[in-house]
Amino acid sequence: MDALTTNDTPVALMSEKAVWSSLENVKDPEIPVLSVIDMGIIYKVEVSDSSVECTITMTPTFVGCPAIDIMKKSVHDEVAKLGFATVHVIVDFENTWTSDRMSEEAKRKLEKFGLAPPAVISGELTEEQLNNVRCPHCGSTDTTLRSAFGSTLCRAIRFCFACKQGFEQFKPV
Amino acid sequence: MNNEALKDLLYKMADDALIIGHRNSEWTGIGPMLEEDLAFSSMAQDKIGHAKALYQILHEILGEPEPDKVAFLREENRFKCCQFVELPIGEYDFSLVRQFLFDHAEAVRYDMLTSSSFQPLALLAKKVKGEIKYHVMHADTFLKQLGTGNEESHARMQSALNYAMPYALGIFEKGPFENELIQQGVFAGEEAAKNKWLEKIAPVLQAAGLQLPEISDDKIIYGGRKGFHSEYLKPLLDEMCEVVRLDPVAEW
Repeated sequence: MDALTTNDTPVALMSEKAVWSSLENVKDPEIPVLSVIDMGIIYKVEVSDSSVECTITMTPTFVGCPAIDIMKKSVHDEVAKLGFATVHVIVDFENTWTSDRMSEEAKRKLEKFGLAPPAVISGELTEEQLNNVRCPHCGSTDTTLRSAFGSTLCRAIRFCFACKQGFEQFKPV
Repeated sequence: MNNEALKDLLYKMADDALIIGHRNSEWTGIGPMLEEDLAFSSMAQDKIGHAKALYQILHEILGEPEPDKVAFLREENRFKCCQFVELPIGEYDFSLVRQFLFDHAEAVRYDMLTSSSFQPLALLAKKVKGEIKYHVMHADTFLKQLGTGNEESHARMQSALNYAMPYALGIFEKGPFENELIQQGVFAGEEAAKNKWLEKIAPVLQAAGLQLPEISDDKIIYGGRKGFHSEYLKPLLDEMCEVVRLDPVAEW
């Protein structure tokens, strides 16, 4: 069923699958190449039996993320386009977001965008994972952490000794 | 579970985070170098985010007013922050030493709270713990660099530490519900937190060549948790709340 491109009745449109695919259109305002799906911040979509109501549950990358309210509204507005009478968007910490929730595809997109992707941390962050970061400009791993804090909460500043350029990394958390 | 005990714990944590967040933000634009300007600004944003999340639990689960109301419209004596976070930013040496002592204390507290019987707090703690790691890393790096830098940097760090320590110990002031929180598995208690904190800071201080000053119990600066604050909190609140108080019901 390709619900979004046919003229099906509204009821047919209201599947969970349609909601998930519509959310591909909602981008992270701070990293516009990534959707909320790529980021792994949406973790539950529930459509009521009668298909009039949809509830989406999401969680922020950082507790103080200033973009969360905008994303919450964008998620609401995008899903509302599918024709639900009511769309609820819940933001909670039930499922802790870690950078491991980012898809491989997302990490490729990040690197292409010029942001080094986070290393997989599976649990505890170690010093090791903060080293060995590949420069998104030249591909060298001869890089160093300049500051754990960058232009947004989720970014760190690094420097590449090979191409002598600074770059940003999405922090492993 | 006793709601008053939960409120007391959450308010002191949230107020600490809000006030230190405000103080950290005072480095925005005047940090000693760009990276440090960004670091203190980012940590400010994190802390205020943590405060908001805690006020949100107070509001949604424990029936307290909305986060903006409790942050901006409470009187000074209703705040439960420790006096340590109220102190002005001073020179950069003091701000760094405070960041080191305070963030290690927060890291320990949130780590303990990941196993809290109060589920909403345990979930938040799990998340916040991952973020605070970066704050601690920042503090440790600079403490070691400046502690072992040159004679002047070492002397400044040691004197900031001597000044900060009686206040830092005040972080662990016990509240009226201490035993209840421990018995109900909400929080393992201030005494346990303080001991873990001392264990964490000792090796870093040693690597930085700094001496932990001996502080007798009667020199520890308590009071904040009970609403008794230093002379510095009121002016901070006046500034932070100035715009909101002009028109508390304005729509933004």
